[in-house]
Amino acid sequence: MARSEWTDRRVETIVGNLLRAGVIVSALVVLAGGAVFLIRHGFEPANYRVFRGEPSELKHIRGVLRGIAGLHGRAFIQLGLLLLIATPIARVALALFGFAEERDRMYVGFTAAVLVVLLYSLLGSA
Amino acid sequence: MNNLEFSLLVGACSLVAGFLGALTGLGGGVVLVPLLTVLFHVDIRYAIGASLVSVIATSSGAAAAYVKEGFTNIRIGMFLEIATTLGALLGAYVALMVPTPAIAIIFGMMMLYSAYLSGRPQPIVPVDDHPDPLATRLRMNGTYPSLDGPRAYYVHRVPAGFGLMFGAGTLSGLLGIGSGAVKVLAMDQAMKIPFKVSTTTSNLMIGVTAAASAGVYMRRGYVDPALAMPVMLGVLIGSLVGTRVLARTRTRWLRLVFSVVIVLLGMEMLYKGIWGRI
Repeated sequence: MARSEWTDRRVETIVGNLLRAGVIVSALVVLAGGAVFLIRHGFEPANYRVFRGEPSELKHIRGVLRGIAGLHGRAFIQLGLLLLIATPIARVALALFGFAEERDRMYVGFTAAVLVVLLYSLLGSA
Repeated sequence: MNNLEFSLLVGACSLVAGFLGALTGLGGGVVLVPLLTVLFHVDIRYAIGASLVSVIATSSGAAAAYVKEGFTNIRIGMFLEIATTLGALLGAYVALMVPTPAIAIIFGMMMLYSAYLSGRPQPIVPVDDHPDPLATRLRMNGTYPSLDGPRAYYVHRVPAGFGLMFGAGTLSGLLGIGSGAVKVLAMDQAMKIPFKVSTTTSNLMIGVTAAASAGVYMRRGYVDPALAMPVMLGVLIGSLVGTRVLARTRTRWLRLVFSVVIVLLGMEMLYKGIWGRI
């Protein structure tokens, strides 16, 4: 029990650092992308009244990476948002290792289930 | 309005929303979507997409601090996240099919309900020192730090909590909010988990729950980067400042004012939804 509690505390510290780093990095990427976007398009009219849906360049990871190669500010922001979405997913993946190290098979199973749902949502086909 | 003015105005409003949301414990997400739709005439689908990503930012930012304090129970969180992520996925797919006025009506009702929850006096949950067999099997019982050293607590009514969490996840995915109020209700009231453990664990779960629906929203083109940028940065900064100030402020009046704002915006959402003007 003592060993598992110690591992829990250690995992909690790593999780805390991971979450903080993920938020800071993604916020900086969003900020940089926002600056590029506003420098290029700041004086164009803003219109979000009508829903058109985003172009495929901004919907999928591959499209976003292509947009970054073209130095598009909006693609940079989207990369930051993807990093942000990835942060809690990385936290769950980390917990999976923690539980595996404690040989807690029940919680390895629960964590794997959550991870599958998250990855399906991000990468799924629909 | 050009993009620069729009970003600055939306960023400023999001900052205030995040600040008040953190200070009052009501969360910023619940006012963001109505703010964007009513004030800035943003399509509700874009508004939900932007709100959802900012929910991940605030939850993760706050959770980073809470996890280290030792109140968060990672096992309870992980088990219940099975329910919230599945619910969030369902909510996101329902949101793709339901017409926008219906979403506005559900949103308005949710706002009135959270104002009601925050306004009523906190019911006192009797302490139950008998271990529950299912919770014990799931190794959920834990300890939290108190002035006289670690204090043990027992978790109860796991199935009821799991069911409520599925509902909280669905609402989160459908409306783009953290639905922290429902999550705390499930843990605090149904499962009889100590309040501080409930709130911090709920906070940790909000990010994972929102990530489960954010993926669907992004793949369907509901997340507009130029809109999400000022919203996410504004809410994040506002809530970080709000959490710092929290310890030194009396929040009773502020809660009341914020609740009135929520009720007004909620009624506006209901009105718009019922007349199909959204």
